[in-house]
Amino acid sequence: MASQALSRSQATGKKKSPMEFRRWLSAPGILFLVIVTQVPFLLTLYYSTRGWNLLRPDSDTFIGLRNFSRIIGNAEFYIVLGNTVYLTVAVVVVTLVLGMILALLLNRPFSGQGIARTLLISPFLIMPVVTAVLWKNVLLDPVFGLSAYLIGLFGLPAIDLLAQYPMQAIIIIVSWQWTPFVMLILLAGLQSMPESTLEAASIDGASGWNLFRYMILPHLRSFIEIALLLEMIFILNVFGVIFVTTSGGPGIVTTNLPFQIFQEAFSRWNVGRASAYGVFAVILANILVVLFLRVIGNQNEQEA
Amino acid sequence: MNRKQLSNTLLTALTYLLAFLLFFPILWLLLTSFKPEQLALAMPPRLFFAPTLENYRIAILQSPYLEFLWNTLLITLLATLLALVLGVPVAYAMAFYPTKRTNGAMLWIMSTRMLPPAGVIVPLYVIFRDLSWLDTHLGMIVVYAGMNFPLVVWMVRSFMLEVPYGIIEAARLDGASLLQEFTSVLLPLLIPGLAATVLLSFIFTWNEFFLAVNLTTRSASPLSVYISSFKAAQGDLFVAKMSAAATATVLPVMLAGWAAQRQLVTGLTMGAVK
Repeated sequence: MASQALSRSQATGKKKSPMEFRRWLSAPGILFLVIVTQVPFLLTLYYSTRGWNLLRPDSDTFIGLRNFSRIIGNAEFYIVLGNTVYLTVAVVVVTLVLGMILALLLNRPFSGQGIARTLLISPFLIMPVVTAVLWKNVLLDPVFGLSAYLIGLFGLPAIDLLAQYPMQAIIIIVSWQWTPFVMLILLAGLQSMPESTLEAASIDGASGWNLFRYMILPHLRSFIEIALLLEMIFILNVFGVIFVTTSGGPGIVTTNLPFQIFQEAFSRWNVGRASAYGVFAVILANILVVLFLRVIGNQNEQEA
Repeated sequence: MNRKQLSNTLLTALTYLLAFLLFFPILWLLLTSFKPEQLALAMPPRLFFAPTLENYRIAILQSPYLEFLWNTLLITLLATLLALVLGVPVAYAMAFYPTKRTNGAMLWIMSTRMLPPAGVIVPLYVIFRDLSWLDTHLGMIVVYAGMNFPLVVWMVRSFMLEVPYGIIEAARLDGASLLQEFTSVLLPLLIPGLAATVLLSFIFTWNEFFLAVNLTTRSASPLSVYISSFKAAQGDLFVAKMSAAATATVLPVMLAGWAAQRQLVTGLTMGAVK
């Protein structure tokens, strides 16, 4: 793709002056993007060195790295970080297994395939806040919820999932939402497989498991990497579900990094501390972004 | 052969079962929205009941729902439009006039989409406060346009790269201006791609919550903020009405998502997976 595009510009290189300006068509958009994303991030860095609390306007002074040292010296930080990683990894594992099973099932010809696929992508389209009120008030309510009824049917003792196992409940809710995402990417991967190779292998007598292990899985590798990294990047930002179901509690048991930033910024109005936490969030996300860009780069090289 | 047919039938049945199970919460939301309020949380749960539209009437007409809907529509449509106006020229320049830096610039644009909103919320809040943009449509339109901009550039560029170059060259030899080239040659070919881009941008903006809840309080708040107010029980009987409001809120996005199904993966992965 890229090389093709390059030769195009060389071909049009003769009429330089009117064409040259077309390159500058991107200037307004790029400028806009810098203003709405990069400038705020630079300000986050700047605020993270200030002791500013919005409730005390006179508190806006330079305090160096003290926000960071206070965060790192506080046990709360490690709990929040642990919660963030736990939520992200658990959701990724659950959705990968479920998404893989669903993608394999959908990748067979059967009547009603389109309907099954449409039903299966739907959880991903639901507004996260709706997902949260639905699960909290209708499905998981300890007395009137559907889950309470089902548990009763099997004669099991009643549980209040969101109160007793809040983090696990959030993992279930978020996994329900993100399974279609993984499924769609893996399905695209499966559909890009040349059918003839699979057919040849199965005629040669390869069993289903061997087919999966030695042919499908290697082919899916880059798709799995893309799905996992992108999913992690977005799951790190989970906020609405936590806000609605547990408000980060009880205590800080379900507080992840975005929720902690929200608390520091909009409950305690501590601009400096919230910004320092924000820097950690950006660092964490950027590690994943760099890995993601590398995977994409490799993929492009293979195509070229 | 018979064994193979049997296992095929079983796998198909399993697929339907799983699809039904995963869709079930949504179906239950829909059912609950038509239940009389007294039956919404009846034990055991009711599958059969006389459906009513009363919940929709109360939840939508006798509540501030329509004000939030108006905010959502206005913000979503204008943010998508602004992202298109700013993003399509960038996609055009990157597709047809690449330089040595184009690849790097495209990756940088993609990376901004992955910047955690929580990492920039504090400065956004402070800037908005100083500009008096807090709780305004304008403020939300600008941040959401920024959020959708990378998506627009990546998707539209990938659709532009698929346009046969000969067509564009022919138009240029005929002396078409940039505007003519775009409106009469490129645009007709790009309509399906642009439609998919608009639908995806619409979905992401409609569903967004974090920025909305922190940068608005009431007058410019979208539906996501309104729905979140159902996190606390509102009196004893509210579940059916909540379900009606929620159903009305997710319906447009579900339809958009179903319509854009085939481009969903491309959009979600910024073109990394086709």
